[in-house]
Amino acid sequence: MSRKTRGAALAVLCAGVLTAASACGGGDDSSSGGDANTITWWHNSNNEPGKGYYEQVAKDFEEANPGVEVEVTAMAHQDMVDKLAAGFQSGDVPDVYMERGGGELADHVEAGLTRDLTEAAGEEIGKIAEGTLAGWQVDGKTYAIPYSVGVDGFWYNKDLFEQAGIDAPPETMDELLDVVDQLKAADITPISVGAGDKWPAAHYWYFGAVRTCSQDVLNSAMESMDFSDPCFVEAGEVVDQVIAAEPFNPGFLTTPGQEGATSASGLLATGKVAMELQGHWEPGVMQGLTDDGKGLGERTGWFPFPQVEGGEGDPAGQLGGGDAWAVAETAPDAAVDFVKHLFSDEVQQGFAENDMGLPTNPAAIDSLSDPALADLIQVRDDAAYVQLFFDTLFGASVGGAMNDAIALQFAGDASPQDVVDATQQAADQEK
Amino acid sequence: MTSTGAAVAATPAAAPADPDDPGSSRWRQRLEIALFVTPALALMATFVVWPVFSAVRMSFYRWKGFGPMDDFVGLRNYERVLTDDVFKDAVLHNLTIVGLSVAVQLPLGLLLAVLLNRRIRGRGLLRTIVFVPYVLAEVIAGVVWFQLLQPRSGLVEEILTTVSITPPDQGFLGTPGLALWTVFVVLTWKYLGLAVLLFLAGLQGVPDELYEAAQLDGAGWWQVQVRVALPLLGPTIRTWAFLSMIGSLQLFDMVWILTGGGPANATTTMATYLVSQGTQRGNYGIAGAASVVLFVVAFAMALLYQVLVLRRDTAEQR
Repeated sequence: MSRKTRGAALAVLCAGVLTAASACGGGDDSSSGGDANTITWWHNSNNEPGKGYYEQVAKDFEEANPGVEVEVTAMAHQDMVDKLAAGFQSGDVPDVYMERGGGELADHVEAGLTRDLTEAAGEEIGKIAEGTLAGWQVDGKTYAIPYSVGVDGFWYNKDLFEQAGIDAPPETMDELLDVVDQLKAADITPISVGAGDKWPAAHYWYFGAVRTCSQDVLNSAMESMDFSDPCFVEAGEVVDQVIAAEPFNPGFLTTPGQEGATSASGLLATGKVAMELQGHWEPGVMQGLTDDGKGLGERTGWFPFPQVEGGEGDPAGQLGGGDAWAVAETAPDAAVDFVKHLFSDEVQQGFAENDMGLPTNPAAIDSLSDPALADLIQVRDDAAYVQLFFDTLFGASVGGAMNDAIALQFAGDASPQDVVDATQQAADQEK
Repeated sequence: MTSTGAAVAATPAAAPADPDDPGSSRWRQRLEIALFVTPALALMATFVVWPVFSAVRMSFYRWKGFGPMDDFVGLRNYERVLTDDVFKDAVLHNLTIVGLSVAVQLPLGLLLAVLLNRRIRGRGLLRTIVFVPYVLAEVIAGVVWFQLLQPRSGLVEEILTTVSITPPDQGFLGTPGLALWTVFVVLTWKYLGLAVLLFLAGLQGVPDELYEAAQLDGAGWWQVQVRVALPLLGPTIRTWAFLSMIGSLQLFDMVWILTGGGPANATTTMATYLVSQGTQRGNYGIAGAASVVLFVVAFAMALLYQVLVLRRDTAEQR
């Protein structure tokens, strides 16, 4: 082929690619373009009132900062997570996005994707409780501002408890097993668990570890990725104890966590089971799974994971997780101002008034209108510490191996020791 | 000049060539070929060659899916994949599905095709019923079956209970020993239509004279089918088996929706393994290695099949 032909062919090819690119490019301008006056923001409040509220928040910011434009994209949670993963791969991250903290965040920081906010948002960071903030710190620097942090625990149906003659929620492991027996005697399925998604089952093990391991052991395991302390095997024994009582919904090994009426959350929301161990998002999830959009409504009850006899964990320690706003390394400086705006008293107060989560700004804590969430925030703020969910804390690779092994334990295919071994093996491969 | 002019006139497609340049018509032809082929080649390169190349490259690195890919680990990812019991089970599950497809779907498909080839009332409707599942998207079929197979509330258990069969406690998808078989039953429901369609098409190709001749020789209907129709279906069956084998090795969608590879990894396939290692756990290097292994297994089986089985068909054509 002569040089001239090649040139012509190349020109034609480029023309083709250009038209294709411009034709496809129309709907995909949402990612950061390095424009100093445009902030792209992805969030997962894609239902009302959250969606409308956040639109207003962005508009208010634009008015207070003439010339700055905020491009808001609201997505379903999983869509957002998937799209963010793709964005991290291509280096094309939105200017302001959600971080769940722990190992996930540490990986993003290591790859140079997330901006250090320690100084730029020092005032905001100072308002947040230290235990809450820890999940979003790497090497003493803060990389994201947590705006909603909650705790895990048993959500239950007050009517079904009453029907089974249970007067008070259980406080110890033995009492929990008694409650299970009482519910079964009343022909009520005690607990639903979405072991098909693995993480809902893994929460039992996490909480087992929070109850059996001292905070020091947990902290040092985080640092050293060493799970040799016997309390981690004891955590699995707590899980075995629960499984042996056979409290779970039929088919729990393939039941999804929160998709549809037959999911674990759906079963609780529709009154098919009495309780479920879940995070603070449960009332919102249940609302989305019922026809009237109310979930369990007035019948919603909550109690913390029971104490484990002889366990080393601080009884006031809780397991939880949260969401934080992070700024991409490539984002314009205005994005930092926007994150500060998102954490401001008035925005967090509105966030609480709309029951969109559990606010972290102390000024907003009294603004929650849902009594169940207001109770929960009390638990969170009274907690000695809130242990971040292990799969977030240890990152996808170790957390995934851990969750897989715990799911195997639920299927009767792994012992408490096997779970620790699988986790340790995955952790060693990270080193 | 006159001779070239005549030659040009003889090929009207190249008529307006430059009379001063005898090579210009060839030049033009090449340009045209380049023009039309380049976009396709570019697409192939971008969406097929490049991803394959990057998967192979990725398999030599430890990479979390973002940031620079600079942690070269050599063959360690392959070692981890090949020594992982979950992956070994996955290969076994894929091969089980390959074997079951041939052992179950083939005879069932042939039987249905032969029956539906007879002139019976409602034949069109019956053929449609058999073929409709194949038209459904695999994801939709999966979601529907997931609901039908729900323990306690699903229709399947309701029906079984009415005929006094006690379903397993965890349901068909939640019992490790039954899950893979259940997935296979759903796959058979879904893909039998394709087998029947192909075999029916093959049967149409059998000349009527052969049937008539066999009947004149006193052969009964079954004998005609077994002695005349089936042997002539050989090439069709071999092609179907090839498609079925490749499909079984790549099995992903149905498993992902019905069981997610569980319970207790009882239904993991090579494809679900690489997706969970890659997008869920962020072990992209391991996923890359697993995908290369999947490619090698599929390629080796396809090659063997080509040499041992399909060569017969290509030889016949010559």
